[in-house]
Amino acid sequence: MSRAALLVLADGRFPAGGHAHSGGAEAAVRAGRVTDAASLEAFCRGRLHTSGVVAACVAAAAALGADPGDLDRAVDARTPSPALRAAGRRLGRQLMRAARATWPSPELDAVASLFPKGAHQPVVLGAAARAAGLGALDAAYCSLYEGVSGPATAVVRLLGLDPFDATGVLARLADDMDRVARDAVETAERVVSDGVGVLPARSAPLLEIGAEAHAARAVRLFAS
Amino acid sequence: MHLDHHLESPAAVSADARRPDGSRRALRIGLGGPVGSGKTATVAALCRALREELSLAVVTNDIYTREDAEFLLREAVLPPERITAVETGACPHTAIRDDISANLEAVEDLEDEVGPLDLVLVESGGDNLTATFSRGLVDAQVFVIDVAGGDDIPRKGGPGVATADLLIVNKTDLAPYVGSDLGRMAADAKTVRGELPVVLQSLRSEDGVREVADWVRERIAAWTA
Amino acid sequence: MDRVTTAPGGVRASARVLARCDGRGGTVLPVLEGEGPLAVRRTRGSGAEARVMLVGAMSGPLGGDHFTVGVHAERGARLRVGSAAATLALPGQDEAGARYDVRLTVDDDAELCWVPEQLISGGGSDLHVTTSVDLAAGARLLLREEQVLGRAGEEPGRLTSRLTVRIDGSCVLDQELACGPGAPGGWDGPAGLAGHRAVGQLVVVRPQFGDEPPAARVFEEGAAVMPLGGSAALVTAVAPDGLRLRRLLDAALATLD
Repeated sequence: MSRAALLVLADGRFPAGGHAHSGGAEAAVRAGRVTDAASLEAFCRGRLHTSGVVAACVAAAAALGADPGDLDRAVDARTPSPALRAAGRRLGRQLMRAARATWPSPELDAVASLFPKGAHQPVVLGAAARAAGLGALDAAYCSLYEGVSGPATAVVRLLGLDPFDATGVLARLADDMDRVARDAVETAERVVSDGVGVLPARSAPLLEIGAEAHAARAVRLFAS
Repeated sequence: MHLDHHLESPAAVSADARRPDGSRRALRIGLGGPVGSGKTATVAALCRALREELSLAVVTNDIYTREDAEFLLREAVLPPERITAVETGACPHTAIRDDISANLEAVEDLEDEVGPLDLVLVESGGDNLTATFSRGLVDAQVFVIDVAGGDDIPRKGGPGVATADLLIVNKTDLAPYVGSDLGRMAADAKTVRGELPVVLQSLRSEDGVREVADWVRERIAAWTA
Repeated sequence: MDRVTTAPGGVRASARVLARCDGRGGTVLPVLEGEGPLAVRRTRGSGAEARVMLVGAMSGPLGGDHFTVGVHAERGARLRVGSAAATLALPGQDEAGARYDVRLTVDDDAELCWVPEQLISGGGSDLHVTTSVDLAAGARLLLREEQVLGRAGEEPGRLTSRLTVRIDGSCVLDQELACGPGAPGGWDGPAGLAGHRAVGQLVVVRPQFGDEPPAARVFEEGAAVMPLGGSAALVTAVAPDGLRLRRLLDAALATLD
């Protein structure tokens, strides 16, 4: 396992399209629910323990080689918002492109052929981690970190929040991320033996509703 | 980057010159430049000038959602299915340079859905003088500035002004009103750009985009040769 | 995932309803059984539809209790199940949590409306609800779930509610909401409930949605209509209280008719 490869995949500059998405933060800012570092932290923590947990488990399971089709359907069932499903597939397709260029592998090519319009992002993330020689825990960490760093970066742009405060938020989420990542690997191992039914299904009502409100808006800075 | 490299699976990886089925893909030309310099108007004029002879499509990169795409749709320069907007998350230069994945998807989808295409124009969101396109996204790039932005812009240079394959100094009809010296702009541009071409244009005049359209035609001829 | 251990001293109660088409355009109920806190009564139906009320004979579930409800609408049957009053989750004698499991099965050409009154998560309670729905490809469903966090002015208990919907064997919705003290961090933050004290969902399944899914739509930023895979649509809503939640869900439902 290469620790350096993990840094490459986890780097916010990895060219996989994430910069155009706020992870629901723009909708929360527009609705007045995120206004400062404290509310950003609560937002990120909520995201981490809901859609973040699901994504981390899926990414970890994909890294262990669980069936990408099953995982992708499981993500669909856990993502009622059509706007979020579309964004997840778009990001998955973009990540697939970057991953295939970075770590060419027949396995990645096979997943790409299976989903010409994109598999859900965590499914691709897990497959990319696998192609990069990384393990399930690495995939879970990448997924979790990206799930909170995206909103934090977006809020810096949206609110003019002090970037040091935003980074402090990420640092304060580290313990939660460690715990969730470890649990995600355990769940992922059970997915391999028992199927995708064991995946968690935690949801955050305002992430779903906010995503739809955002998609309906004519003027916005971020795609989701 | 992977110019002769061809993958079996769907969607090429980057700037591959051939599509997955082996056919040559469309030439991609990027148009960048500061806000309000006339990128969208130039794209619209190019579409009108070239749409009878070439199969064309446009990708816009708006800062705030779909403004530029909406303008092109309203002006009906192309059928709506030939215009796609990419959202850039407050960072238009990232989407055309550092992380081009969304734009690559947009051009490939256009080729799949309305192709075969000869030419895709990729318009960047209005940005600053440092914004340039990745060679992984476009084959040639045009940088658009205007006389009202100050006649010292060519002298100040910057990657867009200095290295673009074509520099357009737009809105020359306004020069007398804003006190810009066209001669000085042309001379400064020559100094920073050497042999790279510069076009001074006013889209208010009859056939104002002709020189730029001719430059595009030459590029197409070279691409398909 | 959380597992709830119910105490040996808690109440175990179950209710079962089986609805069958009587062959003359009506619906009969060959099975209609309940016990203790889960009494069931047939009430006057309308047209082809049979109506059943869950009548809470005592308050509950308390900590340690385990309630199970099973409803099956067979081919051609029309059944509506409501409840006489809100369900109130309360703490039990010890630390044990309570469970409430609902299993709904709807066959082809059958229709089930599962529209109980709200579930109120009383202070100090710890309730784990699972609602599992299995539908045939040609089944119709209206399911309403409303959760109110605490009685007026009260801190809520802990509530975990998982809702799973399968159509023709494939899962189109799997969602779990966890809230209240001890729930994973951020549940009441800007991504979760943001201070709202009522949250609810409607699942509407109609075979014609398969060809013509309803458009996604947002209501006052507090509710969204979301087409799911297959022939299902979900409405998710949050509101300051149960009354306003019901209004929001009714307004959203009206757009699906």
